[in-house]
Amino acid sequence: MRYGERGVSLEVDLSTGNIEKVETPPEWTELFLGGLGINAKLMWDRVGPEVEPFSPDNILIFSAGLLVGTPAFGANRTIITSISPQTLYLGFSMLGGHWAAQLKLAGYDQIVVKGRAPHLVYLWINDDKVEIRDARHLKGKSTYETMELIREELRDPRVEILAIGLAGENRVYFSSIETYRGSASRLGLGAIMGDKNLKAIAVKGSKPVNLYKPGPFVEVCERVRDYIIYRLNNPIKGVPPILAYIGSPQEMKLYDEQWHLENFAWGHARVRRKGVWTKEVEERFAQVQRNAIKKYVGCYNCPVGCAATLALPGMPNYILKCYSKLTYLMAAMVDDLEFGLRIAARAQHYGVDGFTTPQVMAFAVELYENGILTDQDMPGFPSDPQERFFWLLDRIVRREGIGDVLAKGVYWAAREIGRGAEKFDHNTTRKHEQMTIKLGMLNPIYFLMYATGEKGNITQIEGQLPQAPLPREYREEFVRDWPQLPTGKEERFKQFILEWGDGDKVFPFYPPPDLCCELVEWQEIMHYIDDCTGICAGLSSFPIKPPYHIHNLPLLISYATGIEMSEEDLWTAATRVRNLVRANNIRRGLRREEEKPPEDHWKKRFPEYEQELLTTYYRYRGWNEEGIPTKETLQKLKLDFVAEDFIKRGILKE
Amino acid sequence: MKKKVKVLKIDLDKCVGCKACEVICSAFHAAPKYSLTSPEFSRIRVFRDELRGTFIPVKGSFYTKAECPSRVVYFQNENPLSDWKRETYVVCSMCGAACPSRDLFKEPGTGLPLKCDMCESDPPLEEPMCVKWCFVNAITHEEFEEEVREEVELEELDMALESLVDRYGWEKVSNAFGRMLFSKMGEGGL
Repeated sequence: MRYGERGVSLEVDLSTGNIEKVETPPEWTELFLGGLGINAKLMWDRVGPEVEPFSPDNILIFSAGLLVGTPAFGANRTIITSISPQTLYLGFSMLGGHWAAQLKLAGYDQIVVKGRAPHLVYLWINDDKVEIRDARHLKGKSTYETMELIREELRDPRVEILAIGLAGENRVYFSSIETYRGSASRLGLGAIMGDKNLKAIAVKGSKPVNLYKPGPFVEVCERVRDYIIYRLNNPIKGVPPILAYIGSPQEMKLYDEQWHLENFAWGHARVRRKGVWTKEVEERFAQVQRNAIKKYVGCYNCPVGCAATLALPGMPNYILKCYSKLTYLMAAMVDDLEFGLRIAARAQHYGVDGFTTPQVMAFAVELYENGILTDQDMPGFPSDPQERFFWLLDRIVRREGIGDVLAKGVYWAAREIGRGAEKFDHNTTRKHEQMTIKLGMLNPIYFLMYATGEKGNITQIEGQLPQAPLPREYREEFVRDWPQLPTGKEERFKQFILEWGDGDKVFPFYPPPDLCCELVEWQEIMHYIDDCTGICAGLSSFPIKPPYHIHNLPLLISYATGIEMSEEDLWTAATRVRNLVRANNIRRGLRREEEKPPEDHWKKRFPEYEQELLTTYYRYRGWNEEGIPTKETLQKLKLDFVAEDFIKRGILKE
Repeated sequence: MKKKVKVLKIDLDKCVGCKACEVICSAFHAAPKYSLTSPEFSRIRVFRDELRGTFIPVKGSFYTKAECPSRVVYFQNENPLSDWKRETYVVCSMCGAACPSRDLFKEPGTGLPLKCDMCESDPPLEEPMCVKWCFVNAITHEEFEEEVREEVELEELDMALESLVDRYGWEKVSNAFGRMLFSKMGEGGL
């Protein structure tokens, strides 16, 4: 019997209709944990570098993290993995909500989908019973409509569903996969689902998840609970409100958006608007938000409740996540939250990414204003900024006219449009739209994270630390109580917080390269652990002083699975997964030259120093000058199969 | 005689539909304790309709009359911040599972009824586990003493009759009984 996990993978071939239940090797759990780790292994084994994203040979994996289905708070994440149509690298995106728990309860750790169905279908999993069902009647239906219709069809409101909308069906490169409360938005995995003619996956399970040492497991959960309550009541002092709490973050409960609105760039990531957050704006935003919120919504086994059901007159209801409440309005340069919430409603029903989509539309507006796109390309393009965004959104998801090109994202669209449009592609890294932040002085920590974070999203690598030096009066208190620090790094990291911002201890040369490496590694490793366990980053890797950390996570894994796992073992396993993800991408061509933040991310750049930072970091992680994990690193991590493949392909020398 | 009464109370505004109560309830009642987790084994279930923003926890209880308080008590509030009319539900205890939900509280496999026992255990817990796990305080618990008449233990037959009375009312039951008695007498049976 396997504890914590199921050890069973559901293999679905949509081309042939074949469905199999396959046992995963027990030793994989110790090596790759679960979630992203096992996804990366399956991708490595089955999807060679020659496989195109839109090919029946590309696989799409829906995985429940290792601890999903246990009583661990917030262990509810689905980790979806495939080859991204946008970056052509490994795309992994996650979502919360209730779906992953149902998959686990139905008896599976993951579903591996390959092939392409002859027409639109959906998958219905009810414990052992698995069916591929006709979904032609759901064609063109929105994400939420699809979920509601399937619940009705199956006559069961307890069925949990993942679905794509029109965008996914039409293979928009930044389409999302949505569930009621959660969306896997980044890197266009919804388009892969659409390419496979898979409209939705409905699942319901009733089989209990077993724990190896149940008593001690629940004791850890109780301490986690106490710390969640403590942190919800004790915001971090000296950081903006939105960073002071835990959660995913608390965009629905907090109204103070000065930090986002004044520090993040508006338009096509161009303008910072200091002073935009006036008393009047604050009151208006707060009122709109209060009126729109119908109910706070939580993910499976997490009462924190970071999302909310929004009801706006004339719009279908939806559940808003993260700060997409601001991304559209900022990109459109419209100081009106009502507009932001309305367009987000339509976008989520279409199923598109709330980060990339507004940027693509702002990019189109910019091209139009600069005469690169004209009325000939965009007949009937309105003049009102709000109408423009709705106009563009409708065309992108239907791939009509200019929308067909824009549906590929800024990088590919710029090259297809030509006529100098490439110059306006200023905010992508590895062909993917980055956070709309434009700052002054180079931040060496963030330089490394933007350059090397293969998830393509800064929020999926940052965490644990304040983003700017703490005001002096708060530093002592901050370091006094900091149980999350990894063993052996306590004094070093505390010293960093105490000194950072004093005298010459400022960016770009502080922290020094070696300390930057350690800080970046810590932040990234914690994210990789979450991606494997399925614990929400909002309780773990993303916020400052989270309830989950490197000291209690190994206990939970040990007590759940029966695998003895120390802090060091867990760190090593996460490092292995991190390197395996990189290996997949290296094999697909990722090299040093692509590891760079957008050029205008900071005004003050130090090209030579940046390269020194990157080289130091590569060495620190055991990668060579090109960022390729060395043979020694791979062997140490028991990734010999990667080393062999690299040597065979000539990527590494003997 | 005074009797200790424990009740669960629910604040629907605070419930986010996360099912933490279901998770820990099923784990707590597993043998050995916490070894298994599955909401299907839980004695409390949350009715969820995310798009309409409706979450209603219901507990599996001992015999309850076929009437769901949620139909009567909870309705839309004019206050945009609140979905539910406060004055109505603060006075109501959490509803016991009634007719539409009864099917939910059956143990998968065996079909045995699942009933909330307020996490009775030895030594007793400070509060039921669902209350503890629901740290947003959507579920709380109250204990109070109530004056009760000393009740005579009901015999099986009395119980059966009482449930008939509950279902059909005194009048119908006594009429039916009278008819039966009458016909038996007519047959010369008695």
